[in-house]
Amino acid sequence: MRRIRAAAVGAVTLSFALTVAACGGGSSGTEGSNEQPKTLTYWASNQGANLEVDKKVLQPELDKFEKETGIEVKLEVVPWADLLNRILTATTSGQGPDVLNIGNTWSASLQSSGALLPWDAKNFEAIGGKDRFVESALGSTGVQGQDPAAVPLYSMAYALYYNKRMFADAGVEKPPATWEELAETGKKLSGNGKWGLGAEGSNLSNNIHQVFVLAKQHGADFFTPEGKADFTSDGAVAAVRQYVDLMAKDKIVAPGNAEYAQNQSLSDFAKDKTAMVLWQTASATFESQGMSEDEWGVAPAPVQSGEPGPGKATNSMVAGINMAVFKNTKNIDGAKKFVRFMTSDEEQVVLNKAYGSIPPVKAAQQDPAFNTPSLTVLRETLATSATALPQVPEESQFETVVGTAVKELFADAAAGRAVTDDSVRAELEKAQQQMPKK
Amino acid sequence: MTTTAALDAGERTARKNDPGAAPRKRRSGRLRRIALPYLLLFPAILLELLVHLVPMVIGVVVSFKELTQFYIRDWGTAPWAGFDNYAMSLDFDAPVGEALLKSFLTTCLFTVVSVGLCWMLGVAAAVFMQESFRGRGFLRTIFLVPYALPVYAAVITWSFMFQRDNGLVNHVLHDQLGLTASPPFWLIGDNSFIALLVVSVWKGWPFAFLIIMAGLQNIPRDVYEAAALDGAGVWQQVRRITLPALRPVNQVLVLVLFLWTFNDFNTPFVLFGKAAPEAADLISIHIYQSSFQTWNFGTGSAMSVLLLLFLLVVTGVYLWLTSRGRKATDA
Repeated sequence: MRRIRAAAVGAVTLSFALTVAACGGGSSGTEGSNEQPKTLTYWASNQGANLEVDKKVLQPELDKFEKETGIEVKLEVVPWADLLNRILTATTSGQGPDVLNIGNTWSASLQSSGALLPWDAKNFEAIGGKDRFVESALGSTGVQGQDPAAVPLYSMAYALYYNKRMFADAGVEKPPATWEELAETGKKLSGNGKWGLGAEGSNLSNNIHQVFVLAKQHGADFFTPEGKADFTSDGAVAAVRQYVDLMAKDKIVAPGNAEYAQNQSLSDFAKDKTAMVLWQTASATFESQGMSEDEWGVAPAPVQSGEPGPGKATNSMVAGINMAVFKNTKNIDGAKKFVRFMTSDEEQVVLNKAYGSIPPVKAAQQDPAFNTPSLTVLRETLATSATALPQVPEESQFETVVGTAVKELFADAAAGRAVTDDSVRAELEKAQQQMPKK
Repeated sequence: MTTTAALDAGERTARKNDPGAAPRKRRSGRLRRIALPYLLLFPAILLELLVHLVPMVIGVVVSFKELTQFYIRDWGTAPWAGFDNYAMSLDFDAPVGEALLKSFLTTCLFTVVSVGLCWMLGVAAAVFMQESFRGRGFLRTIFLVPYALPVYAAVITWSFMFQRDNGLVNHVLHDQLGLTASPPFWLIGDNSFIALLVVSVWKGWPFAFLIIMAGLQNIPRDVYEAAALDGAGVWQQVRRITLPALRPVNQVLVLVLFLWTFNDFNTPFVLFGKAAPEAADLISIHIYQSSFQTWNFGTGSAMSVLLLLFLLVVTGVYLWLTSRGRKATDA
């Protein structure tokens, strides 16, 4: 018996030692080094119609980089559904990529984990300076007053995409510019199994983007200036209600959209079942669904009244992808060289052209490729009427809890249950209580 | 091996020179005989520790820490939270505890109904398949398909079938049979509980069927013949012979089904995605959300530990009750 116990104790001790050793291995070298100057690992986000498209777009550029610098970049394209979890895991284990893409709204959340290289003046110098980037894109790179956790790579903005054939069939001549016009137009377009507007009721991030802009238009914010959650202000309630009412009251959104989360609304648009969608850089998706460029139009997303602009006339969030470097990389100089390469004027034109996005680099924006009518709308929105989502550490939690609240309200609306100020406030109250206590 | 051989050779020489060495040889032989099983088990034990026990212990440690995004990079430095995470999970008047309790009760109801249906379907099918008839082998194979399919592929197919506008389920129920006034939602709202139950039973019952079918093979045919001679009908035979004879099989089967169903993560996750509707908010998904979506791993771990304790208690009580029942019948 004693011998068994001794063996068991030995085994436990040994495996503990092994585990501790394995865990410890990750957190060493916190400041980055140049131990492996010849290779880099790069996690790219999924920007094309599918992962293969991304590989086809990126690989030639990576080859170009290898030719210039002799550094081999190992590419992995990570689907959106996995990206944040993968980054969290890499942060915990210390076994991450050297360079990675992040959704720009995650910047502050990931910044607070301390895993990403801060872009101070010296680091920005290494990639050609901070003033090369557009101001609005820099506004979504981390908590204000701190060194950015990432640099902008691709910029995107929300716009109103409309189906020209359905507009012509319903006798609608121009796209709506205000929410009132949108409801009116939507009612003209709805009927006979066709609907005015599409929505992705079960897509939490998209819900957030929409209600954030509406809250801005109602003069509200989901966080106080001190960074505390403030989900139940009158403006926030009005914003969420206005969005869900497009289905509940105006009935221009098909009830089935309440369970959409995989861009089904874009397929409906391409199949002439839905006439309008509020979306960011949808062109590539429409093309992959078999539409040609003259079949859809792009207009600025609606405002409450007047023209899009700053403040209450905001009509988009600053959407986009940032590029970050893991602090404990074993090739810090190579990583910076790679970021410099990817944000160079030349590469910015190539990459953003391929993805249908807008370069966040000023000089690259001048390229005629970004002067098409649809890209001009996005570019002007970014320049004049887009606002960054709250740059607070709890941003990703906010997306989850408020996004879920909107999803539940859409489910109510779809089931024919009433959506009132009280029911909206109750859902938002519940969401706020789930936020971490400060 | 070479060391053993060298040792043997050494011992042999030693014995030649020293007559008193005989008992030592016997002792070391015994030692080797006793040590061998442990040596063989060692890799398994080591892996078991690494894969199961150590992470579990670490999970318990984490449940006493305030492990949020600010500390995940070096989670050893996360401050100790004492019992705060537990207090928060168990405070049923506050939102976090209330949601956990609701999720727990949903899971209990879901598990009882799902295991019950799986078991009943399994027994019924297995009893009917005892008689040999044309096509029996084919049916058996068909029945086992859900069990053989990869979970992800099967459940994602179900999620397509449950779509409101384009799904097969509504196409049959609403478009063809006209049973509902408007096409119902299955993946959001209250119906999601039914959708989850359907998939869970579909996926789980073939296992019950398989185990019970094996159990039935062990009941001698002549018992039934004797009962039939004594005038027992089919129903009486099932009740008086089949079910009592299946008792030990059922005991394990129900326990295993219970644990699998209670802990099932894949089915609701693939069916509903990251935010499960409230009606189908199973505890495993709820804990996942509490840790990964809100980045609060301490609270998530505390909830996991509570779940572990609950399952341990249930399993313990269940085994105690059933073994006591068996002893009573034995005596």
